[in-house]
Amino acid sequence: MAMPPARRPHGRPAPAPGLLRRIDDAARTAFPGFSTAFLMVLAAAPINLPSPVFAVTLPCVAFWSVFRPAAMMPPVVFLLGLLLDLLTYAPLGAGVLVLLALHAVAVRLRFALVRQSFLAVWLGFCVAALVSVVFYWGLQSLLALRLSPIAPALYAALLACGLYPILAYLLTRVHEAMRHAESEP
Amino acid sequence: MIRLSIPLRQALARLSLPLMIAAAFGVMLLGKADTLLAERLRTHLSDALSPIYAALAEPMAAVRSAVEEVQELGRLRADNAQLREDNERLRRWHASALALETENDMLRRQLNFLPEAAPAFVTARVVADGGGTYARAVLLATGPQHSIRKGQVALDERGFVGRVTEVGTRSARVLLATDMNSRVPVTLEASRARAIMAGNNGARPRLAHWPEGVIPVDGERIVTSAEAGAFPAGLPVGIVRMSPQGSPEVELFARLDRLDSVRLFDYGLRGIIPPEAVARPEPRQSRR
Repeated sequence: MAMPPARRPHGRPAPAPGLLRRIDDAARTAFPGFSTAFLMVLAAAPINLPSPVFAVTLPCVAFWSVFRPAAMMPPVVFLLGLLLDLLTYAPLGAGVLVLLALHAVAVRLRFALVRQSFLAVWLGFCVAALVSVVFYWGLQSLLALRLSPIAPALYAALLACGLYPILAYLLTRVHEAMRHAESEP
Repeated sequence: MIRLSIPLRQALARLSLPLMIAAAFGVMLLGKADTLLAERLRTHLSDALSPIYAALAEPMAAVRSAVEEVQELGRLRADNAQLREDNERLRRWHASALALETENDMLRRQLNFLPEAAPAFVTARVVADGGGTYARAVLLATGPQHSIRKGQVALDERGFVGRVTEVGTRSARVLLATDMNSRVPVTLEASRARAIMAGNNGARPRLAHWPEGVIPVDGERIVTSAEAGAFPAGLPVGIVRMSPQGSPEVELFARLDRLDSVRLFDYGLRGIIPPEAVARPEPRQSRR
């Protein structure tokens, strides 16, 4: 049975990718997941400030899910969620489910979102952050079988909304650099 | 790298999200079923991350100190205002103290008042708590040739501590005011009424035997009384506090639980019955 040839955008069969090229591709694919994990670990560093781990994770996952879903795949989101739960002492599984839901929504809406202006995407993210935080809080309360205070969760949502522009600015730069590197022959 | 056909890959990609969500529920169940598992995973994770945090410790300390600096600056203003106010108040007190001092001098000159000699004192280090006959007593280490004798008054830097009860060649024992055997004549400073402060082995001695018609008020200062000639008048002792049962107790100024050195004052007082002369019953004369 003839396999359909994997096609490149240029139309002619691509040369077999060399080692460097493959490393380059792998690095690009791995970057979103690893950078997010690194940011989370940094955010979990013990400073005398409210822990911003959750607030850092949401913008990263949302951004990469919208703009580069090929790199922010469900397994990666799963692992990031697990890291989130382990770093924040939340009941295991709550963060995983919230991040997966956010990812699913972002991927579903990505074609509509990519065309919007930055402000619209930000607003959309704010709504998504609020919903995810409430979902996260509900899951935590359910899993711990007691009502935890909602105020810290709302602070986390506010923090995530405030962090989004900064993170999105940096990540957009990175994303454009990646696209630039990919469009080169 | 495993090469997969494109339809298979697409099918996998479409399947992965539901699979992962199912796995999330699985993780939740696992976390609920085995709570130790999460703890163990967290421990492993922190073990793995600790080098990163160790490397970050220096810059993080800088951030923290910067934050504290800013908070400190914010507090500085309030502190400054407070200090100014305090200074103003203390200046007023200083002025009134000076005025009172001159007035006192003048009155003394008019009254031909005999001033008390400044008491001599020695300072001794506390080397042991308890021991001996009493439940609340401290042992002092003194030099070999000391002039300490029974009945001297011990004070710390804040107030009355107790009395010397035993004197050895290199040590002395002080019976603290909280001991059950301690009875100290005191004066309620506001009403000038006399009372007895009786220890009860607790932190706060009871107040007893105050005259009828006088009620010790919470917060009233207590000083020693010269009654019976055992203590000089006016040494600071403590403050009246009402116990939960409503009986007056004395919160001592002295910190008896953390005594490190005490001053022993020689006021030259022997009391009505000198401690040396314990009255023994004389054997009855047998009739011939």
